Amino acid sequence: MGWKRKDLLGMQDLEASEITDVLDTAASMKEIATREIKKVPTLRGKTVVNLFYESSTRTRTSFEIAGKWLSADVINFSASGSSAEKGESLLDTARNIEAMSPDLVVVRHKASGTPALLARHLRCGVVNAGDGAHEHPTQALLDLMTIREKKGHLEGLNVTIVGDVTHSRVARSDIFGMRKMGITVTVAGPPTLIPAQCQELGVKVSHRLEEAIAHADVIMMLRLQHERMQGGYIPSIREYSRVWGLSLARLAPCRPDVLIMHPGPVNRGVELAPEVADSRYSVILDQVANGVAVRMAVLYLLAGSKKA
Amino acid sequence: MSGLLIRNGRLVDPSSGTDAVQDVWIADGHIHKVGKALKAPAGVEVVDARSKVVCPGFIDMHVHLREPGFEYKETIASGTRAAAAGGFTAVACMANTFPVNDNRAVTDYILARAKVEGVVRVYPIGAVTRNLEGTQLAEMAEQAEAGCVAFSDDGRCVMNAALYRRAMEYALPFGTPVISHAEDCHLAHGAPMHEGIVSTELGLAGQPGAAEEVMVARDIILAELTGAHLHIAHISTAGAVRLLREARARGVRVTAEVTPHHLLLTDEAVRSYDSNVKMAPPLRTKRDVEACLEALADGTIDCVATDHAPHALSEKEGEFAEAANGVAGLETAVALLLDRLVRPGVLDLPTLVTRLSTAPARLLGLPGGTLAPGAAADITILDLEQPWTVNPATFQSRSRNTPFAGCTGTGAPWMTLVGGVKVSP
Repeated sequence: MGWKRKDLLGMQDLEASEITDVLDTAASMKEIATREIKKVPTLRGKTVVNLFYESSTRTRTSFEIAGKWLSADVINFSASGSSAEKGESLLDTARNIEAMSPDLVVVRHKASGTPALLARHLRCGVVNAGDGAHEHPTQALLDLMTIREKKGHLEGLNVTIVGDVTHSRVARSDIFGMRKMGITVTVAGPPTLIPAQCQELGVKVSHRLEEAIAHADVIMMLRLQHERMQGGYIPSIREYSRVWGLSLARLAPCRPDVLIMHPGPVNRGVELAPEVADSRYSVILDQVANGVAVRMAVLYLLAGSKKA
Repeated sequence: MSGLLIRNGRLVDPSSGTDAVQDVWIADGHIHKVGKALKAPAGVEVVDARSKVVCPGFIDMHVHLREPGFEYKETIASGTRAAAAGGFTAVACMANTFPVNDNRAVTDYILARAKVEGVVRVYPIGAVTRNLEGTQLAEMAEQAEAGCVAFSDDGRCVMNAALYRRAMEYALPFGTPVISHAEDCHLAHGAPMHEGIVSTELGLAGQPGAAEEVMVARDIILAELTGAHLHIAHISTAGAVRLLREARARGVRVTAEVTPHHLLLTDEAVRSYDSNVKMAPPLRTKRDVEACLEALADGTIDCVATDHAPHALSEKEGEFAEAANGVAGLETAVALLLDRLVRPGVLDLPTLVTRLSTAPARLLGLPGGTLAPGAAADITILDLEQPWTVNPATFQSRSRNTPFAGCTGTGAPWMTLVGGVKVSP
């Protein structure tokens, strides 16, 4: 199996068949995690640079483990704040890193479009690990992997995404990816947190939680950032939690086999009641485990399956 | 008698309704005579303008020359060379220099520099408020006396309606327009692009068209209250055009300009994340472009202005959301308008000449905009058959930030004369 792509910038660029390729590859990678010696030589001699301009524990660690289990040399480059604050421009940093001949650069940045910018300027492959409110493709892939694992298929399912869609790159990547895989997507949240002309993405929009989750096979709860109050998007965390928080009582009328997902980190007691996060419906930790497998698959498809 | 004879060109002069092959005889920097087969005495230089179009000089009433303060982006010398190359014989320059043109000393400085090294005529626009801070009026009377032809805090919007009302009233005796950069800063919230399906897909913060429309509506109401001449800079939305059309029908003294980029590009261009398509106001939708084109054709929008906003590469390279706003427009505007609007018949040539020359001259009260005998010999000559490719490396401007790099077309400025003197090529 091989990939013609140099970069993975977003789910919007991928064909359904490519998504299936990643999920199948990830499924076979998953077995490595169960071994006593968690290492295969697939990417030996390859260098992966994690270029993180925004703090991240889960995603960076996940990419790091994925690279290491594949025997790649993984270097973490954390740059706090914007490139402007550091005094060096983003492109200068990137050109410096390129001069060290990495095979892949995994980039996270608070500005949408940054991975696309880097991909245009760098000869090596670029993996988007989250850019602004734009895309977070490996998150969408691990979400799809988790759903497929639990439900056995993707096509025809109903997924409801709840919360701050406006500021969520996870929501966008999920919407793009799920639509391609034949999933019906509903987004729900206060109108202030649903982006302009959202229906044109091919999703249903609901402003009532009960209605939005009634027939869902999967409920994806998004993290609510506390700064949304200052922006005037919501009056208070308290009110948001009362209206949009998912509790066991709210889940009662839902499908008995509904899955609860969350891209993390969870605000317990805000968007998700603790007893829901820990309930049998929750597959949040499966998502994290699958994240490593998906990232191994992505690194392999981009860096490992060429000539070598 | 020394002078210049422009022979056999197609003369398009909206001020007299002329569109015919005529000769133009220039003497002492002024139009001496216009007519068929003029006999000029010996010693008069002849320019053969056969198959060319001779127009009253184009005036760009909205440019940023960046001097004083930001000479690394542009200077009065380089900016006016860019203007001449682009077919403009005069520019009006905005006040957001450093220091801000909010007092007579800066106005005098700009005019003095322009006199020494300006290639085309330079008309300063004074600030409405001190240091563009929106809190206290600038010394507009002295600035008007020094030569400011309009007042604007362009780049920023005066959010305090009471202060803006006072500015409009205060400017009444000078007969100068107040130019509004209509952008409610709270609604726009610094968002780098237009709010719509494209911003939703790209995950970039969007500012709604309403951010512009709210301010256009407010300023029209204030113009009505004060009787001032309000000019809307870089109008860009269908809603703002509707407000403008309605206000003009009621007889409010309001005029407007539109930029070439808002006539030719939409927010779809942002999909590239190329910060050369980032400007204020942002690129809008197809519907907005259509409304602007219609209004430009029917005269609801008076003129085209480039909002020439040069920036250094380092300010444009990098993250889209953090890049500087603006387009270097002087050297591409006329060619683009000829190819994209006149050639396909969206706008006829005399109308374009009106929008680029006669209209801005009239609304700023400038000499020019006419080839009538006695007028200053500011002349733009066009070659409608000249093929071109936009190559920023050849710009006279110090900056290269254009979204049109690599674009091709046909029809371009051929020669620019200011006061009878050839300034380009």
